[in-house]
Amino acid sequence: MSQTANHKKLVTQLLIGTVAMFGFGFALVPLYDVFCDITGINGKVDLTPGKYLATTASQREIKIQFIAVNNETMPWAFKPTQGSMQIKLGKTYQSSYLAKNLTDKYMVAQAVPSVSPFEAAEYLQKVDCFCFNRQPLEAGEQREMGLTFNVLAGMPAHIKTITLSYTLFDITAASSAALANNQ
Amino acid sequence: MSTTTEQITETSKADTEHHHGPAKGMSRWFFTTNHKDIGTMYLWFSLAMFMTGGCMALMVRAELFQPGLQFIEPDFFNQMTTMHGLIMVFGAVMPAFVGLANWMIPMMIGAPDMALPRLNNWSFWILPFAFSIMLMTLFMDGGGPNFGWTFYAPLSTTFAPPSVTYFIFAVHMMGISSIMGAINVIVTILNMRAPGMIMMKLPLFVWTWLITAFLLILVMPILAGLVTMMLMDIHFSTSFFSAAGGGDPVLFQHIFWFFGHPEVYIMILPAFGIVSEIIPTFARKKLFGYSSMVYATSSIAFLSFIVWAHHMFTVGIPLMGELFFMFATMLIAVPTGVKVFNWVATMFRGSMTFETPMLFSIAFVVLFSIGGFSGLMLAIAPADFQYHDTYFVVAHFHYVLVPGSVFSIMAGVYYWLPKWTGNYYDERMGKIHFWLSFVGINITFFPMHFVGLAGMPRRVPDYALQFADFNAISSVGAFLFGFSQLLFIYNVVSCIRKRNQASNRVWEGSHGLEWTLTSPPPYHSFTTPPKVD
Repeated sequence: MSQTANHKKLVTQLLIGTVAMFGFGFALVPLYDVFCDITGINGKVDLTPGKYLATTASQREIKIQFIAVNNETMPWAFKPTQGSMQIKLGKTYQSSYLAKNLTDKYMVAQAVPSVSPFEAAEYLQKVDCFCFNRQPLEAGEQREMGLTFNVLAGMPAHIKTITLSYTLFDITAASSAALANNQ
Repeated sequence: MSTTTEQITETSKADTEHHHGPAKGMSRWFFTTNHKDIGTMYLWFSLAMFMTGGCMALMVRAELFQPGLQFIEPDFFNQMTTMHGLIMVFGAVMPAFVGLANWMIPMMIGAPDMALPRLNNWSFWILPFAFSIMLMTLFMDGGGPNFGWTFYAPLSTTFAPPSVTYFIFAVHMMGISSIMGAINVIVTILNMRAPGMIMMKLPLFVWTWLITAFLLILVMPILAGLVTMMLMDIHFSTSFFSAAGGGDPVLFQHIFWFFGHPEVYIMILPAFGIVSEIIPTFARKKLFGYSSMVYATSSIAFLSFIVWAHHMFTVGIPLMGELFFMFATMLIAVPTGVKVFNWVATMFRGSMTFETPMLFSIAFVVLFSIGGFSGLMLAIAPADFQYHDTYFVVAHFHYVLVPGSVFSIMAGVYYWLPKWTGNYYDERMGKIHFWLSFVGINITFFPMHFVGLAGMPRRVPDYALQFADFNAISSVGAFLFGFSQLLFIYNVVSCIRKRNQASNRVWEGSHGLEWTLTSPPPYHSFTTPPKVD
């Protein structure tokens, strides 16, 4: 019957639409990243260690503030060695953060950076950062974790202060699972 | 049953292939592919869920009657608010509309049944299982979902009770059910119309349901994808919503509301359709501006896809984003205003009578508009920082959902009940039910505007002393509204039982194909297509 054929055609089209929308739901994840990337909103920082860029030095001086945040339930002591620095644009500087595992267990942490204002994120270059790696600490162990960075000279003039904030996450469970898989 | 006459006339020719009456006993309900049986089951299921979700709401209101903790633990309170929301949205309102669609769409377009009867049976029977799984979580270790009906990550992933996996599968099942229902509605409307029933002659209930069905197909898969991502985050170490692994919790909110905003229109567009059927009947005039109603509904459906972030003004989206979503949201008021104008213009100078369905419909127009206006207030981004997550939001969405969606469903039930059962319901009891409900919901939800503006946050089991009086009033109203629904059950049951033969047209001003059938209609609605002028 032609009616059955009509039904089949329409149902197929609608099912394709359903599956496509299910896929679109997942496609929103990268689309969202791309959108944030293009528009520069959300202050996301590129986590891949960038190549060292030759930068032109400038006489402009700005302040950079360091903030340490423990994610909820993260029991480590975590703080910057210096709260802020006066820096010149285009020059490379070093600083560090202190972390101490206060528990009696081996733990692994991951620091996730965030820059504000978000417009400054693309000018802040991390040459080396403890956030590039997982940070394992034995019970009671303490470590000074290094950070090498510079701020590109092209940064908009109205930015006088940059805040670099790190949030420390407990990833012990996830990384021990990954280790178990590797062995 | 009513089908005997038809059975007699049909036996001679179709005896060997089909039997034209319902099967006997329980198997009628398990194996039925009949649109009326399935519609009936959807409506009873929805009523059961409405009562279940209502009991949860009353537990919440009992706890909030006074400041301090009286009856239930805060964690259980959170489970009650969460489950109340989930059950009312997915278990009460949506299945009720699908039930009405099942009953009315074939009768309104001159078709014998829905296009895909087996799929129809399946899409209903998934629901009781989905909701059993969902309700079961309340008795598990760690309790049921307690993260709000919007289940924002990481509250619903990292910090969720272990039962969250059951919640995820229940949502998957509801989604499958809704998508199958929507496919069935679209195929029925596009392929099964009687000759001459062109699109622009479709009754508005059918039109609004067609648009709703497309919305369902577009957004229910997004919800399914979202809960699948949650499932993977919880069990397979992905990091869609976890910042530690490079994900983003705000992404959850974007995806949720990309589903969620069309979802709120899924819950109101069929209501527009029902009211657009009822008001012309009792105003004894043609609906004012039929085609503008169709275009307004389509515009609302389109706009619903580009306003989602107005639910998340406070998460820190850039100024341009706030402005875009603010103005796009306000734009929705235009087609909605067209609809309200058309309903009022239909009533203007009509010879109106005020039977129960009409009372519910007029209350719908007035109270839904109030909900719409508070929605406009919430759309103002700078003001929203003050209103966000307060009882003002609770007042707003209950005004659009209770006297909006729920009243329209009740109006529809009273309107078509004589057609379905063949008996008139008791008009006086219907009116008592209406007035108690009307007074009850206003006492419940109107004071919430005030406590919300004064800063009372939502989803709290305890609150500051200055909110005590208004909360006590709200709780009294909630119990009045809740218990007056027992009258609704009484009215429906007595209408089914008491013989008070309804005429085929039922109402003096009724119009449309469904009223050309007998009351109650034959088991298969139109075995030969009717002529449509």
